[in-house]
Amino acid sequence: MEYKEVDNEQYLNMDLLRFTTAGSVDDGKSTLIGRLLYDTKSIFEDQLEAVERASKSLGDGHVNLALITDGLRAEREQGITIDVAYRYFATPKRKFIIADTPGHIQYTRNMVTGASTANLAIILVDARHGVVEQTCRHAFIASLLGIKHLVLCINKMDLVDYDQAIFLKIKDNFEQFSSKLLIQDIRYIPISALKGDNVVDRSKVMDWYQGPTLLYTLENVHIASDYNLVDSRFPVQRVIRPQTAEFHDFRGYAGRVESGIFKPGDEVLAMPSGFTSKIKTIETIDEKLEEAFPPMSVVMTLEDEIDISRGDMIVKPNNQPVSGQDIELMICWLNEKKLMLNGKYALRHTTKEVRCIVKDIRYKVNINTLHKIEDDLTIGLNEIGRIHIRTTQPLFYDSYKKNRSTGSVILIDEATNETVGAGMII
Amino acid sequence: MHSYNLTHLKQLESEAIFIMREVAAQFERPVLLFSGGKDSIVMVRIAQKAFWPARIPFPLMHIDTGHNFQETLEFRDSLVAEVGAELIVRNVQDSINAGRAVEEKGPNPSRNTLQTITLLDALEELRFDAAFGGGRRDEEKARAKERFFSHRDEFGQWDPKNQRPELWNLFNGKKHIGEHFRVFPLSNWTEMDVWQYIAAENLPIPTIYFTHKRKVVNRNGVFLAESPFITLMGKEKYEELDIRFRTVGDMTCTGAVVSQANSLQDIIREVAAARVTERGGRADDQRSEAAMEDRKKQGYF
Repeated sequence: MEYKEVDNEQYLNMDLLRFTTAGSVDDGKSTLIGRLLYDTKSIFEDQLEAVERASKSLGDGHVNLALITDGLRAEREQGITIDVAYRYFATPKRKFIIADTPGHIQYTRNMVTGASTANLAIILVDARHGVVEQTCRHAFIASLLGIKHLVLCINKMDLVDYDQAIFLKIKDNFEQFSSKLLIQDIRYIPISALKGDNVVDRSKVMDWYQGPTLLYTLENVHIASDYNLVDSRFPVQRVIRPQTAEFHDFRGYAGRVESGIFKPGDEVLAMPSGFTSKIKTIETIDEKLEEAFPPMSVVMTLEDEIDISRGDMIVKPNNQPVSGQDIELMICWLNEKKLMLNGKYALRHTTKEVRCIVKDIRYKVNINTLHKIEDDLTIGLNEIGRIHIRTTQPLFYDSYKKNRSTGSVILIDEATNETVGAGMII
Repeated sequence: MHSYNLTHLKQLESEAIFIMREVAAQFERPVLLFSGGKDSIVMVRIAQKAFWPARIPFPLMHIDTGHNFQETLEFRDSLVAEVGAELIVRNVQDSINAGRAVEEKGPNPSRNTLQTITLLDALEELRFDAAFGGGRRDEEKARAKERFFSHRDEFGQWDPKNQRPELWNLFNGKKHIGEHFRVFPLSNWTEMDVWQYIAAENLPIPTIYFTHKRKVVNRNGVFLAESPFITLMGKEKYEELDIRFRTVGDMTCTGAVVSQANSLQDIIREVAAARVTERGGRADDQRSEAAMEDRKKQGYF
């Protein structure tokens, strides 16, 4: 048998795109993911055979690509909650991580979870139904979670005779709505996930569409500038003191660069102590680095011995995060037990854990219309609202819009230890 | 201007280091489950990187089925010595002797399921509250839903219906007494990522991953190595072939593949070729790794 030559250099140089897929129940999301995996040849033969068998037994005339991702189907029968599932594929250009968020029960919770780490969101619209309430909800959540790139896939074009007018009408409708969103980069692609039009291969039927295919878009969307390279933030995870002969006086701060760029010689400030020093080295086991940028995990040493421990943050003196205990959040509630006004919760923010009390519920958001609701302030499962909390110790934070890492918190129920709320600092 | 875009493998490495450091901070007694296989070799390397220049601040633990390849055990001991880590070994045989576990019947009784008993007993005995595993989400569908921090109740059980949402990089390791966590730093890696990382980092691996001559028996399409734990049935007989193993688990259920792969580069080609084979529809190809995995899933677990 002939081996396909693997280009290691190319493999090692690939970058990573994390995206989330959202859609309503029957808009063909599973088929689309199946199509992406199938046409990029990321499906194993045994999986495909199983799908072919299943398709036949279901009486489908074609291979039902939805069955590739629906391992969930059996799980549903067993009563397992529908949940975010992660899937992987790669092309020679990029590796992709899909956070596949199923479209019904606990939808918001799943989508928020999937979107929290995504660079890009794909939202599917059924060409026959156009922009529906759920489309707006998904887009709002993507926007709220700070996703910078949105691809609206108008699917099932085959069922509307590949009609350009329908595509343009849906695009126009969505553009009116999306002016309320924070997402700058929105693209529209007419596809048929079932037939494969404009997913991986260019449609032979829709010659009126000259834009890129979905896969081309995923491979080429520019994400390098999505990282915040301006505001230098280094939350300390651990103080490393080997106390061995070789590293007798070594005192290093282990952490991950969440934003900005750090270089040896840079003047830095430790929060909360306020002491300043200079970066002596930035190291890993492999090398001493000339600079560190997100999301690198490194060990930093400083010229001076100053008091720094886990939960502290190393920043630049001329660009400091806000330090405060009274914080305004947009909160997405993830638990059946409702958010309690005046309730106390454990809170995690970067590498820090504190407690907090919910001082006020300002309003709830109607996630379909984006209107504020001020006469009903109970925030339950899958609901989103704005709250004011006070923490037991100051957090060093930025607004979520500026900085996903230093702008996000989770609330934890202290009785059950469950993660109950996802908060984005305003 | 140069690019501030970290490659995917570097991002995955950084993510895994971050997770390990979080566990070391959030838990009192973590342990790294170590089998000597490729995933756990990567895990040890990541642990070294996470805490360097200090030593790995938790022990490694091997749950020994008693059906291991000698090469794997030798490799295990040499790696542990080189890293300077503490190694704890717990034996399935001891669980059997103590009446905690019962040996399977049949021509190749597997101790794979018995390992769970030994593992849970060991976690309880040694009061470990977090156990690192090398599991990856690309391995199978149920794993695709697994969390990085996976909560286990006081019986050591996973409740997929009641998993904690995991957002951003904020990991919630809070638990009640008696509960523990399994933590999977390699969740987002694929098999190809693991092999590429081993090659890029130049990590030694047990010799049985490379081609060698060995007596094997073809049982239902799976080549099993000659061992005292396997009883030949009917017309079965051992034949000597050029094979290698793609996992290093229990000898009774670890299938070999016919292969000439002599180097990491060969293995990487094979992994890639396996995808080509599957793409091309040649499931019967013996190099097809997924088919092997599939058989293992159907027949052995």
